[in-house]
Amino acid sequence: MSRFPDRRRKYWNEPELGWWERIYLLEVLRGLSITGGVFFTNLGRWIRGTKGAVTSYYPEETRPDYAAHNRGKHVLTQRPDGRPQCVACNLCATVCPAKVIEIEAGFDPDDPAHPKYPKRFEIDYSRCIFCGLCVEACPEDAIRMVRQVPKLPLPQRTGFWLGREELLSWQPARDPAKPYPAAPVPGSVGGENLPAAEARPGSPPQSARASADTTGAPHTP
Amino acid sequence: MIQDLVVHGVYIVYAVLMLMTVGLLLTWVERKQGAIMSDRIGANRAYLRIPFTQVKLVWWGLFHGLADGMKMLLKEDWRPASYDRVAYALAPWFAFVPVMLVFSVIPFGGELVPGTFFGWFDGISNWFGDRSYALQVAPLDAGLLVVFALGGIAVLGAMLAGWSSNNKFSLLGAVRAGSQMISYEVVIALTVIGLILIYGTVNLVDIVEQQSGLLFGFLPAWGIFLQPFAAILFLVAAQAENQRAPFDLPEAESELISGYYTEYSAMKMGLFMFAEFIHIAIIAALFTTLFLGGYNLPYMTDAGFLLPGGIAIALPHVLVVLLQVSVFWIKVFLMCSFLILVRWSLPRFRYDQLLRFAWRFLLPLALINLVITAIAVWALSGAGA
Repeated sequence: MSRFPDRRRKYWNEPELGWWERIYLLEVLRGLSITGGVFFTNLGRWIRGTKGAVTSYYPEETRPDYAAHNRGKHVLTQRPDGRPQCVACNLCATVCPAKVIEIEAGFDPDDPAHPKYPKRFEIDYSRCIFCGLCVEACPEDAIRMVRQVPKLPLPQRTGFWLGREELLSWQPARDPAKPYPAAPVPGSVGGENLPAAEARPGSPPQSARASADTTGAPHTP
Repeated sequence: MIQDLVVHGVYIVYAVLMLMTVGLLLTWVERKQGAIMSDRIGANRAYLRIPFTQVKLVWWGLFHGLADGMKMLLKEDWRPASYDRVAYALAPWFAFVPVMLVFSVIPFGGELVPGTFFGWFDGISNWFGDRSYALQVAPLDAGLLVVFALGGIAVLGAMLAGWSSNNKFSLLGAVRAGSQMISYEVVIALTVIGLILIYGTVNLVDIVEQQSGLLFGFLPAWGIFLQPFAAILFLVAAQAENQRAPFDLPEAESELISGYYTEYSAMKMGLFMFAEFIHIAIIAALFTTLFLGGYNLPYMTDAGFLLPGGIAIALPHVLVVLLQVSVFWIKVFLMCSFLILVRWSLPRFRYDQLLRFAWRFLLPLALINLVITAIAVWALSGAGA
């Protein structure tokens, strides 16, 4: 505490005011000319039909320049036949800090390799915090986040629940999923399925999925 | 007699409607101008939908003022747990009514001969005869004194509101408002006395009429050219009187929530806000009347235009009146816009700086200005001979 509490401390880099700044009025006029200039420049832009603001009309006008690492939207990856890769293990729903994921598991007798599938998979975007923990938690690489954002805001709250169909609108050509793993054939470990399984690690995903498509063996054991 | 009543009744309705409209518009201008100044878009959501169609009239957010008004009217009128009932209810009106009343002495046009407006109907035309009225709600000789008297009452509104709310923030805001308004009232009065010396009257109609000529043959004889210094001082002090940035200490949001009307809600709070916006228009109107020649345009007389080359363009009386009224309002709007520009440009003073600025900077300057004006007037009027 200073000995003179009413006296302001003088700093070594205290700016010194010139006499024209002490008068205050001249500096005020200078400031007004700056703000007024900005006003008339922007007004001219609006009148000429170009945009005179750096902000945007949000829902009508979204920024085209989202960062490359922006993650605003979830997608469910698909098997080559279009079904979700998700096995409804509920790990993402468990790890989700905002508790926005709801999964209802279903049983598919036609696919013995993946009999459990999500009948219902919903994410509440009004509460999602976009932390990406669901992506981290997924053992099947079934949920991912992409650069785009969903079409929000909406006029009613129920619309914020995006379901399975919206989440499956993923385009594999632009973001290839992990290749479909070879299904274990009962009785034969390896066998004729081995080449496909070996081709997986080294080859690019595109070719791996193509080979999986052509063989078709994993789906119909 | 009845004719006087009719004309002044029309004046009163016109003045109230105009002030309300301008107050409503200024809420929009304030937001939109501030937004454009700071590279933003501003109010743009409220719209009117044409019934039975999907056509939405947005008009650059012009209807936000209406939306605000609706909100204020329909909100719950919340009251603090303990308060002084009478003073609490009266305070908004004490802030609002004096501000409105100031307009009654401001001339918003020259002479009006109502008979000429009804040339198409002899009955009314003959009934009015050739009576003429100044375009002013209350033709008072004490014009400027009335302005100061009503300005003094406006302080009461702030003080009552702060005291009756039983809230420390309100009380602090009221104390600040009181000392600030009284300090700057002195400065305003001293700056205007210079004008009174020059014009020799406090009647605002006379003051405006004396500003209709030319100065040195080329300058319009407006007060701002006779008293440029007083004009600046008046503007500064008036902005402080209006309690807007950089002098918005009484309602400094970061310190006092919203000052003396912290405990007010709904339309009572709306009245305070509305009074503030109408006060902008009133200050602009006063400045226009005292310093910008009121309804006068250079080279314009009551009969039409008289251009420098001796060319005279005669205009019918109806057109002249309309022209004068619109010139007055255009000047007022430009001044309002300038006051809003100041409000969005300058940061707030500290409280000690505010009072020091009034008493140690503005007041001496106003006194010096007054003394120089007095000497000049005395010298020009024959040096006491």
